[in-house]
Amino acid sequence: MLELKKIYKKFNAGTIDEKILFEDFNLTINKGEFVAIVGSNGSGKTTTLNIVSGDVVPDAGRVILDGNDITKQKSYKRAAKIARVFQNPSMGTCPSMTIMENMSIADNKGHRYGLARGLNTKRREFYQSQLELLGMGLENRLQTLAGTLSGGQRQALALIMATLKTPTILLLDEHTAALDPKSSDIVMMLTDKIVREKQITTLMVTHNLRHAVEYGTRTVMMHEGKTVLDINGEERKNKTIDDYLKIFNEISIECGN
Amino acid sequence: MSGILIGIIEQGLIYSIMALGIYISYKILDFPDLTVDGTFPLGAAVSAALVLKGVNPWLCLVAATLAGVLAGCITGFLHINLKIKDLLSGILVMTGLYSINYRIVGAPNEFLMNEPTIFDSIPQNSVVFEYKYLIILFIIVVAVKILLDLYLKTKSGFLLKSVGDNQGLVITLAQNPGKVKIIGLAIANGLVGLSGALYCQRSMQFDISSGTGTMVMGLAAVIIGTTVFKKMKFMKVTTGVVLGMIIYKACITIAISSGLQSSDTKLVVTVLFLVTLMLNSLPGRKKGGCANA
Repeated sequence: MLELKKIYKKFNAGTIDEKILFEDFNLTINKGEFVAIVGSNGSGKTTTLNIVSGDVVPDAGRVILDGNDITKQKSYKRAAKIARVFQNPSMGTCPSMTIMENMSIADNKGHRYGLARGLNTKRREFYQSQLELLGMGLENRLQTLAGTLSGGQRQALALIMATLKTPTILLLDEHTAALDPKSSDIVMMLTDKIVREKQITTLMVTHNLRHAVEYGTRTVMMHEGKTVLDINGEERKNKTIDDYLKIFNEISIECGN
Repeated sequence: MSGILIGIIEQGLIYSIMALGIYISYKILDFPDLTVDGTFPLGAAVSAALVLKGVNPWLCLVAATLAGVLAGCITGFLHINLKIKDLLSGILVMTGLYSINYRIVGAPNEFLMNEPTIFDSIPQNSVVFEYKYLIILFIIVVAVKILLDLYLKTKSGFLLKSVGDNQGLVITLAQNPGKVKIIGLAIANGLVGLSGALYCQRSMQFDISSGTGTMVMGLAAVIIGTTVFKKMKFMKVTTGVVLGMIIYKACITIAISSGLQSSDTKLVVTVLFLVTLMLNSLPGRKKGGCANA
């Protein structure tokens, strides 16, 4: 279980551009939930992910993962339990290394990166079986440099790498936003498949309302640092994209734009 | 003529170890490390001081390498822990090293007279005695190159490659990218220190200003090595860098022997560097090269 408790966050504190984002923001993610977070720009979706990953430190409040307070923990230390796929496909892979090398390095997560051989040839077949799930033929291209793959292929590889060692929490930061519509759908389907199979607790930020409706078990809509909608179960099933759009428009009217 | 050729290869081999260091910091880590301008004479200083004290010349090489490693760690510490910009961290350590190098030797230059060097390992009555410098330098360069190639294939080496490519990935692997960078800088400067020590034992002298332009020279060799030999897939980038340095030294020798003074060297270096960059269609810091590293 992941808890954000009484989070306060100000940006550019003390300057003319000061922006108060979170004031007493609370969010609890239960084990096994697949939460889709939607909301307009500046609503605090990505900041929420960044606070969980440790890239942004809240001014006050606590981040608790499975009962442990990780508020002060450095992001690379948290990464032992928290995996992340970024919006930019090149963020999740090492472009100058081959697919095989990328898989090996991801597979070693949680172990020492010492002077043992980097390539894990014993696990070649396992890697191939994982890549096969993507249905992109990458399993036959283990010697290809990751940098030469297309955005969609790279993002799919990044997803496999991030979940190779099943994480406690998976953060998806608009991970299909930079892809063309078809690749975007493929990566989203793969995400859903992997998350279900491995039963990973997942937080997904997305601008794609259709993805937010079709995938996941819970939807959170954010606006100006607050959750304006938080639904799951039956209530969620009955909501359509139009319902979400309606709420979106209502909020925007309140803001006066 | 063959004397000149041998001279070029010897120089090329000595400096190629330094170029391998620059290959790590600049190409792999994407870190413009100016520490090397101080680490090169540091290696020479440590080697000169210890050889004069009668220490085994091979041990002097080890000590010089370790001194370089330490200098690299300090630059890394300034950059990572004190958050000083990469370029400035290197410049600071390089500047500080100038005084330290002076302290180590106690003079701005010093000559070795009849002190034994690593090159005396080949007995005088041996048939290859004439080529003793070439042989020993060649063995050391090949050994260093192979060790470096092996290292880059280890898990730690993989991490080193990814930290320059994509620091975010290293974080997601739950590793401290700062630590990886410091390791990289330590190895890079260790190699430069070793190169300085070889230079000292070969030329039988220490000169406090021998490090000026090291970074530019090494970088030129790296760029020559990674672009000229890019097409040859069978060849390792590290081999390309070593050959790049030899080509570089040949170009300089040709330029000087065509009537320029030795004080023109730095200008020739700059021009050669620019020409290489332009031939390479002005790539950014990070393009190509490292692709088949």
